[in-house]
Amino acid sequence: MLLREEVQLLRRIPYFAKVDPCRLKLLAFASSRVSYEANQELFHQGDAGDCAYVLLDGSADILMEAPDGEVKIGEVTGDCIVGEVCLLCDGVRTATVRTTTPVEALKICKDAFAKVLIDPGVTREVTRAFAEQLHRTTSELDRTRVGQRQLVN
Amino acid sequence: MEKSLLRYIWRHTRRQQLFILAIVAASMVPYFLAFDLPKQIINGPIQGGGFESEGATQAYMDFTVTLPWVGTIFQFDGIPLDRLETLGALSAVFLLLVIINGLFKYYINTYKGRLGERLLRRIRYQLVDRILRFPPSYLKKVHAAEVSSMVKDEVEPFGGFTGDAFVQPAMLGGQAIAALFFIMVQNFWLGMIAATMVAIQVGIIPKMRHRLIELGRQRQVTARHFAGKVSDIVEGIGTIHAFDTSNYERADISHRLGHIYKIRYDLYQWKFLVKFVNNFLSQLTPFLFYSIGGYLTLRGNLDVGQLIAVINAYKDLPGPLKELIDWDQARQDVQVKYEQVLEEFEAPTFIPPTVHTLAPKSDDKSLSPLAAVNVTIEDQSGARVAEGVSVRFERGETVAIIDNAGGGAEALAEAFGRVVWPVIGKITLQETDLLELPESVSGRAISYSGADSYFFHGSLKDNLLYGLKHAPTSTVTYSGREATQRRWEMHEARMAGNADFDIHAEWLDRGTTSVRNGQKDDLKNSLLSALDAVQLTSDIMDLALHSTFDPEVHTELAARIVDMRHALRSTLAAKGLSHLVVYFEPDRYNIEASVGENLLFGTMKQGASNENSLLDSDYFYDVLRSAALLEPLFDMGTAIAENLVDIFGSLPEDHPFFQQMITLSADEIDVYEQLLLRFKDRPAGVRPNRDELRSMIRLSFNYVELRYRFGLLTPELSEKIVKARDLLHDKLPEHLSGLIERYDPHRYIALASLRENILFGKLSHRIADAGDQIRAVASGVMHEKDLYASFLGVGLEFDIGAGGRRLTLVQRQKLNVARSLIRRSDFYIFNRALPGLDRRVQSEIVKNVVDFLKEQDHDPAIIWVLSNTSLARMFGRVVVFDRGSIADDGTFETLEQESGIFKSLVA
Repeated sequence: MLLREEVQLLRRIPYFAKVDPCRLKLLAFASSRVSYEANQELFHQGDAGDCAYVLLDGSADILMEAPDGEVKIGEVTGDCIVGEVCLLCDGVRTATVRTTTPVEALKICKDAFAKVLIDPGVTREVTRAFAEQLHRTTSELDRTRVGQRQLVN
Repeated sequence: MEKSLLRYIWRHTRRQQLFILAIVAASMVPYFLAFDLPKQIINGPIQGGGFESEGATQAYMDFTVTLPWVGTIFQFDGIPLDRLETLGALSAVFLLLVIINGLFKYYINTYKGRLGERLLRRIRYQLVDRILRFPPSYLKKVHAAEVSSMVKDEVEPFGGFTGDAFVQPAMLGGQAIAALFFIMVQNFWLGMIAATMVAIQVGIIPKMRHRLIELGRQRQVTARHFAGKVSDIVEGIGTIHAFDTSNYERADISHRLGHIYKIRYDLYQWKFLVKFVNNFLSQLTPFLFYSIGGYLTLRGNLDVGQLIAVINAYKDLPGPLKELIDWDQARQDVQVKYEQVLEEFEAPTFIPPTVHTLAPKSDDKSLSPLAAVNVTIEDQSGARVAEGVSVRFERGETVAIIDNAGGGAEALAEAFGRVVWPVIGKITLQETDLLELPESVSGRAISYSGADSYFFHGSLKDNLLYGLKHAPTSTVTYSGREATQRRWEMHEARMAGNADFDIHAEWLDRGTTSVRNGQKDDLKNSLLSALDAVQLTSDIMDLALHSTFDPEVHTELAARIVDMRHALRSTLAAKGLSHLVVYFEPDRYNIEASVGENLLFGTMKQGASNENSLLDSDYFYDVLRSAALLEPLFDMGTAIAENLVDIFGSLPEDHPFFQQMITLSADEIDVYEQLLLRFKDRPAGVRPNRDELRSMIRLSFNYVELRYRFGLLTPELSEKIVKARDLLHDKLPEHLSGLIERYDPHRYIALASLRENILFGKLSHRIADAGDQIRAVASGVMHEKDLYASFLGVGLEFDIGAGGRRLTLVQRQKLNVARSLIRRSDFYIFNRALPGLDRRVQSEIVKNVVDFLKEQDHDPAIIWVLSNTSLARMFGRVVVFDRGSIADDGTFETLEQESGIFKSLVA
């Protein structure tokens, strides 16, 4: 996949949708392409996170450790981004991501991301997208809580 | 050493001086004969004296030997020669005399030179010998660079002076006295005048020169301090930069140079003043002759002939006199220098020479106990750091010494290591004072490693094995020319009072390694185990992997590495890991490498300018032209420029990406942007000029499709690039051929590092942990091929730089401990040897070291002054120091229960 196709793909990801294509090209250029075999870990729950992955090809499971072993809580395929939270704040991985098929991914490092973000325009767009995502997740969580309460009652 | 240089010279070169004096005297005979001969030639054959009649002959070489009272005992009537023949014969004699005189001069000068050099060698050797025998505290006060400047530069003039020391005054004095005597004979009173003037000259000039000598002394001292300061700057350069004090140093240097300049200027002024007075005085005598002599002549007290004879005789006086005075000046000058140097090399006590006697065989007797008897140690300021310490250590003990307050433990360990000498009491080894024992005993029975270690310039291996080089353990037998050379070396060494030990003999004592099974590989095993114990092995392996070696010298190793290269490749293939590496193949484009690397297909010689000189060469562009690559690479460069301008064009100049992502700066991006605009405005069909072409093509060299992902590398293009490799390498002109070495899968590449030679390809950068995976496999292959020790061997050849500065501090400390561990000793003293390491590593290494030494069969004692007191647990006995004396002594467990100080220390 060529750089300009990667840029196209990045634009389909909500966080980057409104970022200037020139900047996205820079981001893509500053990021490296990585390949994984099936059943390899992109990252492990509890590790310190320093980069996000945009899956270009293949799919992976999102797994969480529970008292009785790993629980699959989601799946990612092409055009998806995983581990993006660590781009904006320090912290550990909240889940493990393990490939289920051979995966081609674009590895966006926190360092490179921060340097692209030096531009205030870019920052605004990305944070807005993050906020929207947060908003969606929170309302989802609220709905779940309400559902749980109803179940309890 | 004698107080006076003349006496020193006389003592050591007395016989030679007398000999050369005799030679000089003998040389006078042909010298004066040659003076007389021209007169004979002119008066005789040329002007015809004695050849008045036609066909007249003269007897040639007629002589008689006459003894007093006995009368003539031999008579030779000579050979009768005519005028022309006599001219020929006399000219031939003249030529002969010229040659004889020349040969005499040649011999005398060479002899004097040799005499001087030998004496110089003797003095230098004695000075260094004194350095080796100074008491340790004394050397702490002196500056290394100043001492070396003394030994090297300040004694230099002694050599030149030695040859003239006695010959010159004897000769010149003789000439001057002869001239004076001759004047006296002509006229007593005029002779007295000349004598008085000489006396004034000889009396005054040296007095005036006192000031010169004083200035010379100052010059010498300031120059010496200057040398010390320069070396200070070199050694402290890091500190200078860190604290921004470079201008302070500039001021200091400038001040010193100003001072030296002032002294030298003063020196010149005085020198020429003295010269002026000297010249004046010698011209004053003829003045007196003319005026007083003339007056006396006019009065009729003196006849004209006598006056002229006196004035003529006087011509010969000032020359020798002036040289004599110059000689005296030189004498005083070197005498002052000599005193100056000697002053620095005097110490109240020296280590007696017997302590340093060469002892090739170490007797295998074990020595014990090591004890301190009522020892008091002072630091440099005279404060007592340890007082009245008495303690005994037996072989087999493991002892931790820790300090509560003060530095008593450290001081005691230093005394054990003979780094300091106790002021009261003594250290004994098997009841003998350590300082009286020969170092061949104490230096082998005790291995000491302190925190401040020193390393000598050389390889890692030289430094590791340094502690085993006590004496030559074998004699080298030389033959032929080498034997002559060696005999000459030994003869000269003895003539100059130097030691004649052979540096080329085997100095490594293989019998005194810590691991000793009587096998051939004891040394290797000691070395490897010592490195393992201090955890230095992986560092050395890294050094090895990044280093290069000459395959011409290590042919076998090179072949084995090529073999390993193939083995690694097949092992990776067998494990299904081939995709981790893209190998360099002569007929295939390497997709992980850049276009430039693919073109050159070889390793460049280190150094940035090398790469440019090849890539900018016309030859290189000729190759590109004949490979039909100019056009495609230009297009590729243009496309890259467009992309880069697109990506980076809007970034601020100081954006970190310029450093990180591409090798271009913001300015260069601007240049390319301009270029692209220029191309756009140009009508189609106009070709770019040479510079434009080249700058675009240069851009294409760094392009790696997998990394840049601009989609510019077509299969056709890569095929063309591969084909261009042969073109490039086949006719590489001579001045470029040394810069690059072509990749060949079946050959060791001398310019490439060990690592590159093993891998012989590029790691796939898309696979996140490719490096780790390869390392694991390669390590397995290395052990399988039994290359581990060989690789470490390459790493051990690493040049550690002056004082070991090419190693990190931690590496130096580990090396310092390892250096002791290789030696077989009865006592190992570690004096806070690992302060730079973190606690975990420290404790691992202490454990390793204790375990390693306990495994050996000689049951040594280990005495460790710990900075990390909790490690005391690993030792059988603990000694606690408090304010310079021993507070507690016992096992860890008892002290833990009973000693208050210890409890607070360990807690």
